[in-house]
Amino acid sequence: MLQTLLQGLRSPVTEPVPHDPEIAALAASLDHAARLKLGRSLSIREVDAGSCNGCELEIHALNNAFYDLERFGLRFVASPRHADVLLVTGPVTRNMREGLERTWRATPDPKWVVAAGDCAAGCGVFAGSPACIGAVSNVVPVDLVISGCPPTPTQLLQGLLALLSAR
Amino acid sequence: MTMVGADYWLQATRSLAAGDATLLGLWGEPRRVHMAVFDAGVVVLSLDCPDGCYPSVGALHAPAIRLERAARDLFGLDPIGLPDRRPWLDHGANPTAYPFLPVEGEGLHQIPVGPVHAGIIEPGHFRFTADGETVVRLEQRLGYVHKGIDHLMHGATIDHAARLAGRISGDSTVAYAFAFARAVESALGIEPPPRAVWLRGVMAELERIANHLGDFGAICNDASFSLMLAHCGILRERVLRCAAACFGHRLMMDVIVPGGVAIDLPTDGDAAIRSLIDEIRARFPALVELYDKTASLQDRTVGTGILSAELARRFGAGGYVGRASGRDFDARRSIGYPPYDRLRFEVPVLSEGDVNARALIRIKEIEQSLSLLEQMLNDLPLGDMRVAVEPSGSGEGVALVEAFRGDVLVWLRIDPAGRIDRCHLRDASWFQWPLLEAAIEGNIVADFPLCNKSFNCSYSGHDL
Repeated sequence: MLQTLLQGLRSPVTEPVPHDPEIAALAASLDHAARLKLGRSLSIREVDAGSCNGCELEIHALNNAFYDLERFGLRFVASPRHADVLLVTGPVTRNMREGLERTWRATPDPKWVVAAGDCAAGCGVFAGSPACIGAVSNVVPVDLVISGCPPTPTQLLQGLLALLSAR
Repeated sequence: MTMVGADYWLQATRSLAAGDATLLGLWGEPRRVHMAVFDAGVVVLSLDCPDGCYPSVGALHAPAIRLERAARDLFGLDPIGLPDRRPWLDHGANPTAYPFLPVEGEGLHQIPVGPVHAGIIEPGHFRFTADGETVVRLEQRLGYVHKGIDHLMHGATIDHAARLAGRISGDSTVAYAFAFARAVESALGIEPPPRAVWLRGVMAELERIANHLGDFGAICNDASFSLMLAHCGILRERVLRCAAACFGHRLMMDVIVPGGVAIDLPTDGDAAIRSLIDEIRARFPALVELYDKTASLQDRTVGTGILSAELARRFGAGGYVGRASGRDFDARRSIGYPPYDRLRFEVPVLSEGDVNARALIRIKEIEQSLSLLEQMLNDLPLGDMRVAVEPSGSGEGVALVEAFRGDVLVWLRIDPAGRIDRCHLRDASWFQWPLLEAAIEGNIVADFPLCNKSFNCSYSGHDL
């Protein structure tokens, strides 16, 4: 086991911090007051409100050694009561509407909602289904949208860093 | 499809109950019910029910119960004799009013979990009844991510339907697109070009390897062995990056299309995949050895969450869930669809049925998939990658394709205008979820995440 551990230390794979005009653009789209309150550390509660699980796979990837989300002060938490940010995926289904609303209510203020993926942004390919409410913004107020089907870990990282970026 | 009468329907039900055939799926459309059965090949039986009623299959053959509850919710088809009359996918106006099965006994307590779970996973509700630390019953309630797929498919263009099919369960997007394309091609009598067929195989094996690597790490992580998750996470990321370099998308969504594939392998694609194969072969065996030699890890996985061979057979459990419990079935071999009819591979089968066996099957399947990738690269045919799909023409098609978690069934009917009239996609999870309820019985609550991850059933694929 020691050898496996050491081998990991000898050849780090972590990507450099993305410096990207897109982060600046996303950051600019956020409310200035929101950015002042957010500070430089965020606890994120992920909520799948109807996703096909594609977004979850890429959100998981944020924790792998390449993206290493925690180095930015961002971490996923197990309860909405510990969260600053709800990261919501999926076209909100009728059957998840109450779950999402309750999770939102359980998250203490101040809180922000990020809609991740094309379904969360605008219902995606599931538009028109009577089983779906649609975009996350139809159910809870959304502060930031990260598009993509699914968004790549880099796109997700850019979006989340925008929440933290310079005021 | 074979139109049958109620007598034949009942006869088929009895042969399922007797174990002479395996139920592959059961679904509805207005005033008609279908079931797919595996008996040397895939057979679809269809029964007209003008009054909305049909003889319940679930009454004699339990694996059909949830499927019949779903078909009743979606199409109002009433299975006469169905023992469980509760809704399944339709949560109604008051979702908290669902009547869970009663449990009685001294000192029992209940633990409700979900639909919003503590991790980054899909939503579903688990109702545990425990006696101290021991689970005496788990009851699942699913349907939270029901998106109305059958409804959306009705009247969709083939192109749009293919995109929908690729989003039934994101982790199996290649397998779903593969199965959907095969069903369309069978309905319209189209033969995809040889190069496309082989590239489909390449993508299917890349997807299988990525999922097995990720899940093997996650299983170990659920036994608090996070080192394995870190290493498997790196290997999984390498696979996804290779997929993005070769096919333009990390999960390879929308690359397989009816008629062929939308993107050809770039000139440096061959070298990229071969270097990926080399890296996994260089690194993965050391991780397997670490798994084998870590007693504290083995202590958690060996003998935990045992699924009996009898239940696996009765429910037609697909994928590693079935193969870890002695069910020797893999659509790649049992159906032998191209390109697998021309490739050499083994289907690993074990009989222990515990978490360890399910993990070992995945390890062995990674080795097989690496060999399959090599074979396909060595013999990759040249030529076109896509043929035109004629927009007009009707027909009916069915396909069974082996996703990483088990066989995916796609049945569809194309109308004369060339649109999808009806399409049903059945994930392997339909038959695996109920088995998880059985496998957890008598285990401690703390081992549930481990058992659950070793099954890794799809919520979205099931909820449709």
